[in-house]
Amino acid sequence: MTTTPATPAGDGELLARLTETDQATQERLHARLAAAAERAGILDVAYRTLDTPVGPLLLAATERGLVRVAYAREDHDKVLQQLAGSLSPRLLRAPARLENATRQIEEYFTGRRNLFDLPLDLCLAHGFRRTVLTHLSEIGYGATASYAAVAAAAGSPKAVRAVGTACATNPLPVIVPCHRVVRSDGTLGQYVGGTDAKKVLLALEATP
Amino acid sequence: MRQHPFETIVAEHGPAVLRVCRAVLGPTTAAEDAWSETFLSAMQAYPTLRADSNIEAWLVTIAHRKAIDQLRAEKRRAVPTEHLPETPAKDGVPGEGEPELWKALHALPLKQRQTIAYHYLAGLPYAEVAHVLGGSPQAARRAAADGIAKLRKSYLEGEDR
Repeated sequence: MTTTPATPAGDGELLARLTETDQATQERLHARLAAAAERAGILDVAYRTLDTPVGPLLLAATERGLVRVAYAREDHDKVLQQLAGSLSPRLLRAPARLENATRQIEEYFTGRRNLFDLPLDLCLAHGFRRTVLTHLSEIGYGATASYAAVAAAAGSPKAVRAVGTACATNPLPVIVPCHRVVRSDGTLGQYVGGTDAKKVLLALEATP
Repeated sequence: MRQHPFETIVAEHGPAVLRVCRAVLGPTTAAEDAWSETFLSAMQAYPTLRADSNIEAWLVTIAHRKAIDQLRAEKRRAVPTEHLPETPAKDGVPGEGEPELWKALHALPLKQRQTIAYHYLAGLPYAEVAHVLGGSPQAARRAAADGIAKLRKSYLEGEDR
């Protein structure tokens, strides 16, 4: 067996003239694929990114609802890879499914919305962490609660650290308001989006 | 190994598959239809694809079948014309910059177009090309060589004029 190149010199050069791709066509075909996949019911995860005052957010939704919101510091490529592994690799950039979520988040950041009304898919949170997340929406816009208070509300007053973990692994930050959970001594505490992002969100909600 | 998001498959291989479809079908809407059908069908089957599969060869195999479907459909609705239709897309004109080369490529016999597309534009070795097309690697190599020779003649000589 020889590995002699099959290509007489120059052949590749001739065809190389055809290797340019036009971006507009690729974009159009991609949008067409996303729409067709949605119609065919095989678009398991749709995502887009959105620029916000706390940096670019990745939004991802299953057919059941918004399933993931990720900060840039979480590394969007890594998050997509994780979603492909834990949910489905049939994952495409498809903003259409996220239109409603996008609009509501934009309204939130411009102070025109203090309650999200979106179908959520909590399938990435399990057990006690999921219980904690369901209690977070009880903390109203502009208010805060301590980790201990959330633990008590979730029915396990001693599980303060577990509440911290639930907040740190919240798959839907901003929407499920873990940023409203602060330490009992009044200091901010950690945040999945970084403490600066937590400050921005709390300041936004404190603005009348 | 875990599978990559299908988005990255489209981003990495979308342009090559489009070139393949255009080489076989001409820079037409049929080529774009074949591209769409290819990726829709690939996405459908993607979760069951073995992680160590050669993605490029897999996609070319699907694109090959979808292009044949388009050729058959074209024959059914064939309207004989002297010339190829003008590029149908308004934005991002297909084959932009090299319409003559696309035309020369499309004028080749189907088998030659296919071998050139799969070998030169998708980068598959002749053994893989033969696997997609049927027949021997030698036959695939010969068809590609004949096609390239014809392309040189029709396209490059035309350029000198």
